[in-house]
Amino acid sequence: MITLTNLHKSYVTGENSLHVLKGISLQIEKGEMVSVMGPSGSGKSTLLNVIGILDNYDEGEYYLDGMLIRGLNETRAAYLRNHKIGFVFQSFNLISFKNAMENVALPLYYQGVNRKKRNLIAMEYLDRMGLKDWWTHLPSELSGGQKQRIAIARALISKPKIILADEPTGALDTVTSMEVMDILQEINNTGITIVIVTHERDIAERTQRSIKLRDGVIENVIHHSLNYKTAV
Amino acid sequence: MFDLDKWQEIFSTISKNKMRTFLTGFSVAWGIFMLIILLGSGKGLQNAIDGQFREDAVNTIWFGAGTTSKAYKGMQPGRQVRFTDEDYEFVKDQIKGVDKISARYYMWGNRVISYKKEYGVFNIISVHPDYQDIETATLIEGRFINQIDIKKRRKVVTIGKPVKEALFKKGENPIGEFIKVNNVLFQVVGVFKDKNENDERRIYLPIATAQMISGGGNTIHNLTITSNLSAKESEQLEKNIKAEMAERHRFDKDDEQAIWMWNTIKEYKKFSNLFMGIQIFVTMIGAFTIIAGIVGVSNIMIIVVNERTKEIGIRKAIGASPASVIGMIIFEAVIITGTAGYIGLLAGIGLIELAGSLIPPNEVFSNPEVNFNVALIATGVLILAGTLAGLVPALRAAKIRPVLALRDE
Repeated sequence: MITLTNLHKSYVTGENSLHVLKGISLQIEKGEMVSVMGPSGSGKSTLLNVIGILDNYDEGEYYLDGMLIRGLNETRAAYLRNHKIGFVFQSFNLISFKNAMENVALPLYYQGVNRKKRNLIAMEYLDRMGLKDWWTHLPSELSGGQKQRIAIARALISKPKIILADEPTGALDTVTSMEVMDILQEINNTGITIVIVTHERDIAERTQRSIKLRDGVIENVIHHSLNYKTAV
Repeated sequence: MFDLDKWQEIFSTISKNKMRTFLTGFSVAWGIFMLIILLGSGKGLQNAIDGQFREDAVNTIWFGAGTTSKAYKGMQPGRQVRFTDEDYEFVKDQIKGVDKISARYYMWGNRVISYKKEYGVFNIISVHPDYQDIETATLIEGRFINQIDIKKRRKVVTIGKPVKEALFKKGENPIGEFIKVNNVLFQVVGVFKDKNENDERRIYLPIATAQMISGGGNTIHNLTITSNLSAKESEQLEKNIKAEMAERHRFDKDDEQAIWMWNTIKEYKKFSNLFMGIQIFVTMIGAFTIIAGIVGVSNIMIIVVNERTKEIGIRKAIGASPASVIGMIIFEAVIITGTAGYIGLLAGIGLIELAGSLIPPNEVFSNPEVNFNVALIATGVLILAGTLAGLVPALRAAKIRPVLALRDE
């Protein structure tokens, strides 16, 4: 699903150049659930942005679903994000003036699905998240866990190939975190590839593999033998 | 472009951000409103001044015979110059650029005019038919003096409205009645009105009749002509007439006393310069108002885009293309400025109309009005400006990188 070969990425600010990813090679299979760990500044968020086609890279190769992702224009990148990738963020990133249903439906707007139909589909996804009765609420009227579930519904609605989650539990308490992980686990069980960036060990342990980054290179990869999926 | 869904998305964004929408809209509506008020008031001022000049034809030259003050070809100064009907015919037929022409003959004697037992004192003016156009007298009954009256030296008269009111107190129809002028009976053939009250308190006689009654022979005292020339051409015409008259009556064409001339276009020119000044002033203020509006709208659009950086980042992350982001911002700008501009336009025109109906026309302000096309163009310009003002931040918004926009502070 995701193949990275010797990926390099630098941020240039003025005369300074910060080499963030220093040759990452990585293979993530279809249906895998992988976590990316590492101290801050290790490049884990940058890696996720590159995988999410939110950011470009300087060297190496990145194949997503068998397609080389390189030098895409914004329109093409937006199209791929819309159709292949779902994002879940630490701070939820819901649109504040849209209610729960409209937030969930938004990706379908960009796919050109008409309003009635996409709202109907959005209600289905809200139902799956157990938030059907909350559809009229604005994000500010919802709890953190509810907001994250809405964000997950939004990520799912476009039927993506992969879900990229950047610290999805970072703003949540332990109980809610586990609930969110349960949901992500369920999604993974349907065959969607999931990549989670986290610095919490117990979150990482619920994935099949943990990729540890340090200073822009992969330090090691831990296979969690006893993960939720095989236990079930 | 006319995708209903797109509009729904934009309308929902507009209606859910009421404060922002209101502030943007208000600055546009206010700009248009002020512009309309300015244009309307400027027009009201201009109408008032214009009105004072519109009473008479503006392009008029008056001239008459005087007394020579310079020796010319052996003749002593102090010689009386006398114009005759032949001069009238000559100017009428031979001088180019003359549109309407009338001579006048001054009748001396008392100015009492009577009908049966009613009488009043009015000006008695003997003229040619063209004089109606020169004074812009409007007939309300009957007719003006005509060419046949002149030819046959008929004793007919066209009287002003106040004259009719003074003499025909019982409301009789004056047409066909005889009034006594200088002890001579004249038949009334018409009644006229004139915007200028002084020009109404008079009666017009055929010039030939006046010459006959007063024993003036073919003498005329002055000539009045109008032309459709520019100011410069009019001044040239004035010079031509003077030169021709000097030749016909053998006086030095530089003799200021032998012929007196008065060209209203000079006066009019002064005032048309004033109009132009007012016009430029009003236009400038209008332009600055529009510029202020554009700056206001641009500012708000930039703030709006900054404020929406995060929202735009989210939209882009979940699949909004740069074009759709640009479209969203521009259409929002167009809808808000368009609607607000229209409201401002209506409010401004409403107020101008109200002022027009409440304030009676006077010397400095009369009939304020707005040229609807100008108002529409101004609104269009502002909407276009709003769009362009939206375009710059929209292009910036399209370049927003979702990574930066979504970065947690």
